[in-house]
Amino acid sequence: MELSAFELLSALFILVLAAFVGNEVVSKVPTMLHTPLMSGANAVHGVIVVGAMLVAATAGGTVAIVLALLAVTLGTINVVGGFVVTDRMLEMFKKRPGDRG
Amino acid sequence: MDTLQVLTYIVWLIASVTFILALKFLASPSTARRGNQLGAAGMALVVLWTFFTTDGMFANWWIVVVGGVIGSAAGYLGAKRVAMTAMPQMVAIFNGAGGGAAALVAVVEFLRDVELRPGELLPLAFIIATLLGAIIGAVSLTGSVVAFGKLQGLIASRPVKYPGSQIVTGALFLAVIVIGVYLAAIEPSVPLFLLFVVLSLILGVQLVMPIGGADMPVVVSLLNSYTGIAVAATGFVLSNYALLIAGTLVGASGAILTQLMTKAMNRSLFNVLFAGFGTGGGTIAAGPEGEEQLREISADDAAVLMAYGKRVIIVPGYGMAVAQAQGPVRELMDLLVARGVDVQFAIHPVAGRMPGHMNVLLAEANVPYDRLKEMDEINDDFADTDVALIIGANDVVNPAAREEGSPISGMPILNVDQAHNIIVLKRGRGAGFAGIPNPLFSNEKTTMLFGDAKPSVAALVSGVKQA
Repeated sequence: MELSAFELLSALFILVLAAFVGNEVVSKVPTMLHTPLMSGANAVHGVIVVGAMLVAATAGGTVAIVLALLAVTLGTINVVGGFVVTDRMLEMFKKRPGDRG
Repeated sequence: MDTLQVLTYIVWLIASVTFILALKFLASPSTARRGNQLGAAGMALVVLWTFFTTDGMFANWWIVVVGGVIGSAAGYLGAKRVAMTAMPQMVAIFNGAGGGAAALVAVVEFLRDVELRPGELLPLAFIIATLLGAIIGAVSLTGSVVAFGKLQGLIASRPVKYPGSQIVTGALFLAVIVIGVYLAAIEPSVPLFLLFVVLSLILGVQLVMPIGGADMPVVVSLLNSYTGIAVAATGFVLSNYALLIAGTLVGASGAILTQLMTKAMNRSLFNVLFAGFGTGGGTIAAGPEGEEQLREISADDAAVLMAYGKRVIIVPGYGMAVAQAQGPVRELMDLLVARGVDVQFAIHPVAGRMPGHMNVLLAEANVPYDRLKEMDEINDDFADTDVALIIGANDVVNPAAREEGSPISGMPILNVDQAHNIIVLKRGRGAGFAGIPNPLFSNEKTTMLFGDAKPSVAALVSGVKQA
């Protein structure tokens, strides 16, 4: 848990660069896809389930175990629900222009 | 660094790239779904890798399995069963779950590290990141739950304010900061930390309650960004780059999206968060005399107007969503197109409760997306349009936005009042979601067709068939 100065700075670099990437990528998304975008981004932060797993692995006492269990459950809801609901939205966009039904 | 660690870093890198691509591929409807699936695959990879390679998982694997099974079932069923109209609420609740998970991870980390080094201060960068993860995650959790309640109609969607509520918010904020500084600089006390978390939870409620239901999409987007930041903070705490990158990515993209949304409403984020938009408190007189001027039209007459017109622009709004009228709307479009009428859809950026909400619904009904026009693209076309058919939209076509003194002053609107005829499908006679009277309805070119959007559109469909 004690990070070296190098690790701290690397983390900072990653943070700043990732922020620029997020900014850049989203500016190109058309308005009609903003709802799926919100939902898709929502699914991506479901990666917190990995963090929940890491604390679950080292959880000792009852309190820690209960909290870790709750964290894993919530994180999984976020990640599974997020990707499935985004997929459902995007499935509807598969009609190509020219398909006049 | 041993081989396993090197491989772990590579897995994080792969996952991060899939997350970026998931967002990048959303730039076009044709690649969007593939992108999302790619992101899901990257997610599965990093989750499985973590499960099988983490020290200690051997003893506690059941926590992950039990939580994973319950969470997967709940998330999957929720996502599959939710109606497309209830999408904003669903995103809010999934976001709240993520925020809650981030806060819990921060709490467990804090408790563990205090136990590991009793009587010592925690390293500064570490404690700051932990506190940030806890507070932002907690705010995101309770804020999302309130947003869900408002969108679902469980809590009053109007701004809920009581005297001094802003002072309470300020005091909470201050208290959280003071406790945070104490925990970081003086003593990492467990009871105080728990108080810190509880106050953060209350802060989330306090921040979202005063915001009107019409602004909830902006709030959901903002809370989504918050959860991203909380995840990034916990990624920092756990030295996990997958969390750090994914969290930052979402934090930044959520912030930009929020900005785009407030810009579409011509308001600042500050105004959305603190102005209590939609409290009514009218500078403009509403009232019965306004309603008496409304002229009604029968469905058959409206159908004839459209069937013999050259160009019809349909303006969908939230009313179409709640009535689930997108199917009949498509049928109406097909019939009109078959008669040679040029039919387009004008989509206001904040129509419905989420940007793109209308696009999702119309896509569900198989309306080809090249018929959906964004506001700037179509606004000049209304002038030579025979009929503007407004289906359950209100604020986005309210000409009051062009004048001073209205709560929506300055919001760009669709120029439906330039069309030759305006037909408004509306559930009741009340004002819109934002509670603002709409002079469009008493415009001399406007006729009203009252009733739930679905039967109304169905009546138009049979009218066009007979015309």
